[in-house]
Amino acid sequence: MFRLDKLFTHLTLLALAIFSAQLAGAQSMQGASKFPGIGRSATPAEVIAWDIDVRPDFKGLPKGSGSVEQGQVIWESKCASCHGVFGESNEIFTPIAGGTTADDIKTGKVVSLTDRKQPQRTTLMKVPTVSTLWDYIYRAMPWNAPRSLTPDETYALVAFVLSLGEIVPDDFVLSNTNIAEVQKKMPNRNGMTRNHGFWSVSGKPDINSQACMNNCVKFVQVGSTLPDFARNAHGNIAEQNRLYGPYRGSDSTKPPLAKLPGSTGEGLAHAAETHAASTKGPATLFKNENCSACHAPNAKLVGPSIADISIKYQGQSGAVDKLMAKVKNGGSGVWGSIPMPPQSQLSDEDRKTLVVWVLSGGK
Amino acid sequence: MTKKQIELSVKEVSVVEKPANRARLVKAPEHFIAQELIADINSNGLDETRRGFLRKGFFSALGTAAAGLAAPMTFAADEGDPAILEKQEWQTTLGKNVATMPYGVPSVYESNLIRRESPGLTRVSAASVAFTPLQGLFGTITPNGLHFERHHQGWYNLNPETHRLMVNGMVKNARVFTMNDLMRLPSVSRTHFIECGANTGLEWGNVAVPTVQYTHGMLSCCEFTGVPLKILLEECGADLKKGKFMLAEGGDGSGMTRTINLESCLDDTIVAWSMNGEMLRPENGFPLRLVVPGVQGVSWVKWLRRLEVGDMPWNAKDEAVHYIELMPDGMHRQYASIQECKSVITTPSGGQQLLDKGFYNVSGMAWSGRGRIKRVDVSFDGGNNWRTARLETPILTKSITRFNIDWVWDGSPAILQSRAVDDTGYVQPSIKMLRDARGNRSIYHNNAIQSWKLDSNGEVSNVQVG
Repeated sequence: MFRLDKLFTHLTLLALAIFSAQLAGAQSMQGASKFPGIGRSATPAEVIAWDIDVRPDFKGLPKGSGSVEQGQVIWESKCASCHGVFGESNEIFTPIAGGTTADDIKTGKVVSLTDRKQPQRTTLMKVPTVSTLWDYIYRAMPWNAPRSLTPDETYALVAFVLSLGEIVPDDFVLSNTNIAEVQKKMPNRNGMTRNHGFWSVSGKPDINSQACMNNCVKFVQVGSTLPDFARNAHGNIAEQNRLYGPYRGSDSTKPPLAKLPGSTGEGLAHAAETHAASTKGPATLFKNENCSACHAPNAKLVGPSIADISIKYQGQSGAVDKLMAKVKNGGSGVWGSIPMPPQSQLSDEDRKTLVVWVLSGGK
Repeated sequence: MTKKQIELSVKEVSVVEKPANRARLVKAPEHFIAQELIADINSNGLDETRRGFLRKGFFSALGTAAAGLAAPMTFAADEGDPAILEKQEWQTTLGKNVATMPYGVPSVYESNLIRRESPGLTRVSAASVAFTPLQGLFGTITPNGLHFERHHQGWYNLNPETHRLMVNGMVKNARVFTMNDLMRLPSVSRTHFIECGANTGLEWGNVAVPTVQYTHGMLSCCEFTGVPLKILLEECGADLKKGKFMLAEGGDGSGMTRTINLESCLDDTIVAWSMNGEMLRPENGFPLRLVVPGVQGVSWVKWLRRLEVGDMPWNAKDEAVHYIELMPDGMHRQYASIQECKSVITTPSGGQQLLDKGFYNVSGMAWSGRGRIKRVDVSFDGGNNWRTARLETPILTKSITRFNIDWVWDGSPAILQSRAVDDTGYVQPSIKMLRDARGNRSIYHNNAIQSWKLDSNGEVSNVQVG
């Protein structure tokens, strides 16, 4: 009895304690709120659903594991089409692997960032923390299906990416228990500095220029100009300025004018076709319907280029009907293993416009 | 009018009402469309047959206009300008009804001034940039339809009814707010510039792009309305003594995440739902974005869904792989956030063509992420001699200030530059000073003095001096 009594007393005290804590909590919340009736407490399940970030100290990292081998299988089906089989592709995104050495892994500082032997900075040359890779892959990859990977798949993919940089061996299994050790091997872990004045509004600038007003330079030397070949690389500048008023655009499809055009603009050689590009037409449709997310004019992206398609089907009878069906229902196998998803949202008219335009080579 | 019809009328306007020609004296294409057809469209709407007629009418109008161009109109001094002597169509006929355009759009004569991508800059348009046409803007406010775009994984029209903002981390009580909640809170309206950290980044090594749209067009300025961040964090009981950092997270596919410096930014950051008097545009984060005045645009997280208070930075992808600045010693500057004092002349600017000698109002924009613009000097001789420009009011902190200066061009080659000074005394540097300090592979935070070379043929081009 005595023991039971004691237990009962303890339970009562505990319940009282919990009750009063809740009461105090509720009172303090009510007391603290300046805006009654606005907002509500987040439930634990809601916080878990959204608070998925992983910090460099691995706060927020879910438990799990994945091997390099498993990662490679996922990589080849979900990642390689954009990033290349070895993370080396520079076609769609900047390369992920390359440019790091065994010595960098020892020192934590990537030498190729200074010797300029590597043409392009890869992810592994820059990223100082494994947490960054884990967080980003889990939250935003694959490109067209973010938030579709499980934690174990993410561990496997991070392990595979690290193996591409020979940071972990090919038989490695990455897990929440060894990830902090792996982070200590990141090739550029010592390559970041916060020693600058740009973090805070009161930070100290690194350059102290003076506002000289007269006779400031002995002679003015033009160090760099736009190369002639780039004159029209951004499209006709005449079409990117007003066609009236004092500041017209120069016709970049032609060489510069020989002399000033005169105050009424009669010396401007713009032809009638230098009007603003139409906001309609197949090229706009191609962009608005997101075809351009996978198909570029001349380069292979996820899918074949417009040029390649038009060459392949050149002179083939029935090509329009065939491609119209493919666009509507989707297809795969003709240009590789990545399937084209069905585009059933397109009207028949738009579908035909697009197919005819693509077959013409986008002209 | 149904929604479908409204969209149709807006789409079709480029056909119905395309500008006749740049020659001033040519009549609008409507003139070439039979009155019967106009009446028919007004009563029965547009269908394919009627559209065909319109196109025909329009093309014949263009043909006439082109022919008109070959012989520009001149007139004898004792006669006068036909634009005055002749009656114009819009003086002699009935104009359009109110609400013909239920949501108004700019004049068809403005259709050249649109956001544009820089070809070859990015390979995927869902993770790309569309630049603001600064060469055509006036004053300080960027029209909403021309605000620059930068997405990391495409944009969506988020449903505001189901949009939520969660505040968690080092707070007494993790809270959830709906748009209904947020828009009841005390709001502020403040005008601030937003500039991508990579603005002018193409020009670190050499001149790379032709116009101010591409050199400086990742810059916009709006009046933003929203609730001050401080109110929200205090309402949730944030531990602001230990929690010096905040993660801002977006609701897009990239789940955009950036670490915010609460010590530096707590006092003026806004959780905003409005730009320039209307709700945010979907491309700019509808229905909610963070406004972090003076800090690079990537931190102004769009489609904002979560704020987490913490005691260390997060090293997110866009602060550990991108938006880091390579220095000559191989180190990357991380968490460089503030946009330092900068200015650019927008008219005349690269790719523009002056018609004649004489008087010009040379005009541009100046801004600083550390405060107000104090002064802007302009040089016409490549930086040898400078004159102080007029600053237009209001001069607001961390906002664009418009400057103007009178100039009579004598027709000889000139190099135009502007140099801004902010109220901390910081002077906008030359590209040479920037390269001497940081090399040329930094990509970000290029706030160099911009040089525009004006040739004697009236063409302006992008150059770098020194």
